[in-house]
Amino acid sequence: MTEKKNKKDRVLSIRDLSISFETGSGIVNAIRGVRLDLFRGETIAIVGESGSGKSVTVKAIMGILSSNGKIDEGSIIFNYKDAHGEEKSVDLVKMSPKQIRYQICGKKIAMVFQDPMTSLDPTMTIGKQIMEGMIEHEKISHAEAKERALNLLTYVGIESPEKRINQYPHQLSGGMRQRVVIAIALSCNPDILICDEPTTALDVTIQAKILELIKTVQAEKGISVIYITHDLGVVAKVADYVAVMYAGKIVEKGNINEIFYDPRHPYTWGLLSSMPDVDTDSHRLFAIPGSPPNLLEKISGDAFAPRNPFALKIDFEEEPPIFDVGGQHRVCSWLCDPRAPKVSMPEQLRIRIEKMKKEDLANG
Amino acid sequence: MDNRAPLLQVKNLKQHFKISRKYTTKAVDGISFDIYPGETYGLVGESGSGKSTTGRSIIRLYTPTDGEVVFDGRKVSGKLSKEDEKYLRTNMQMIFQDPMACLNPRKKVKEIIAQGLEIHHLYKDKADLDEKVDRILERVGLSKEHATRFPHQFSGGQRQRIGIARALIMNPKLVIADEAISALDVSIQAQVVNLMKDLQDELGTTYLFIAHDLSMVKYISNRIGVMHLGHIVETGTTDEIFHNPIHPYTKSLLSAIPHPNPVVEKKRVAMVYDMEKEGVDYTKGKLFQLTPTHSVLATDDEFVRWSK
Repeated sequence: MTEKKNKKDRVLSIRDLSISFETGSGIVNAIRGVRLDLFRGETIAIVGESGSGKSVTVKAIMGILSSNGKIDEGSIIFNYKDAHGEEKSVDLVKMSPKQIRYQICGKKIAMVFQDPMTSLDPTMTIGKQIMEGMIEHEKISHAEAKERALNLLTYVGIESPEKRINQYPHQLSGGMRQRVVIAIALSCNPDILICDEPTTALDVTIQAKILELIKTVQAEKGISVIYITHDLGVVAKVADYVAVMYAGKIVEKGNINEIFYDPRHPYTWGLLSSMPDVDTDSHRLFAIPGSPPNLLEKISGDAFAPRNPFALKIDFEEEPPIFDVGGQHRVCSWLCDPRAPKVSMPEQLRIRIEKMKKEDLANG
Repeated sequence: MDNRAPLLQVKNLKQHFKISRKYTTKAVDGISFDIYPGETYGLVGESGSGKSTTGRSIIRLYTPTDGEVVFDGRKVSGKLSKEDEKYLRTNMQMIFQDPMACLNPRKKVKEIIAQGLEIHHLYKDKADLDEKVDRILERVGLSKEHATRFPHQFSGGQRQRIGIARALIMNPKLVIADEAISALDVSIQAQVVNLMKDLQDELGTTYLFIAHDLSMVKYISNRIGVMHLGHIVETGTTDEIFHNPIHPYTKSLLSAIPHPNPVVEKKRVAMVYDMEKEGVDYTKGKLFQLTPTHSVLATDDEFVRWSK
């Protein structure tokens, strides 16, 4: 599929991205060679534990890395149409933060952050915050901006927008605030919407509504969405394509069915098995032993090897290359090498996947 | 239901906060439940439902406005006698949500864990204290060497283990875990839940497990109470709540749990619970007993409609 899509459809392509941070205790290699493509109208989910580098990757796209961070190598190519409808292609790594701020941020790529209370300005009415970006980027009049803001508020499902537009963030509930943040992100009709854990701070019931909203928005406006999350339930709901990150590398990527029905990397097995399943009656959760590696130390071999019950000898010595296991599915594990011993996924997970396949057959 | 005496009885507990002369927030508005020795009672609900306030009122971080809390045969609401207070403080412990915020950053792990024993003079001599700390550290999956480090030197999951060690060193009868796993990563959540279960099997501790994530609650709880706006709207065994929910709020919470199958999940639409549309007034409802363990808060009319 991917190969057949021509280059025009590719909105964002990240190649060999490496980022390090200089800290008091040494240099942290947070991102170690990330390669990722985003196509128009597609939703990609980046999954991983905290510290796996998923947030850093998108911060690099937005040019908002903290001041001690440095992009060592790689490129982030962003393709877009400018105001005159001309195709343009820029490397975000080569642009200065100021250029990105004026030309890209908010205008072409917008972001929804985790906590809506801290990402909104408590001293400004929500109307003003929605209009701010439009007036700055598109140089439109105040009246026009207000009308668009009202439409946006209705669009994201806020009732009586005329009243809400003059209210302050503290007067809204958590779910409503996140809707406002989405309205702000959509205000300049961006090409890419980045959602950094958009529902972690919200309740389960509201989480479902916000995800449904983002899905509708995407379907109607045809924008590309990048989700960052550690919740595989969210991934199952929204994503077309999944990238699993561990210790600054993408260890497995593929489309949603490849990852959920045919996971190959032991870390993905662990993540999927540790997801609580309401239907099973087992009384013990699967847990990945140990904790993520310290990126201050140089990692030799596979970063996941110390926590991996299936680790081979070579895992501790040499970093695995990326294996193509068919379709869009890429796995970074020595277990996919033809010389590796046959290892099958944990029993619990195998049973669950078989049950899932049966469910699908039953549902047609 | 077993005939043992409950370890904790909460009767008509109310916790109101006065905001201004005219306005009072009724965070918890008359809830009752019992917890039996050795079991885990899960309290679930959305934010603002009063589940954390309930936990804090029981352990007396707040003074309850009204109602009665009986812990192991002693009344621990209202005015506390010196003796009762000491009993409460040594036999009921709490694990907090944010493991970084609840550990004193200036103290070493050993001092943090030993503090409870020191305050209540529950050790023979220095060597005894050290031994107790070492033993509990080992039990929660940390090593002796960790005792001399500071909280910031640990990862999130390890910090939560320190919080658990601090609660368990007192050998408490009841542990209140207030969103103990919400701040942790998925893979670490599973580790901590498994650890809490193992410790329960080993020590027979009773848990009041407060959380908003029903899928995790299912793994650890024997019984579940569903809270909404200061009322327990439905309570029952884990099986009853998951397989035979009656209250529309419980149903909406259950429908919001993500499904691991992407094909099913993509089609799933969460149920919406709109109190106003349903015309529900919790103060008018009364408890309906479906089975000895399963009860629902509803009026006669609502009960007939919901159980269809």
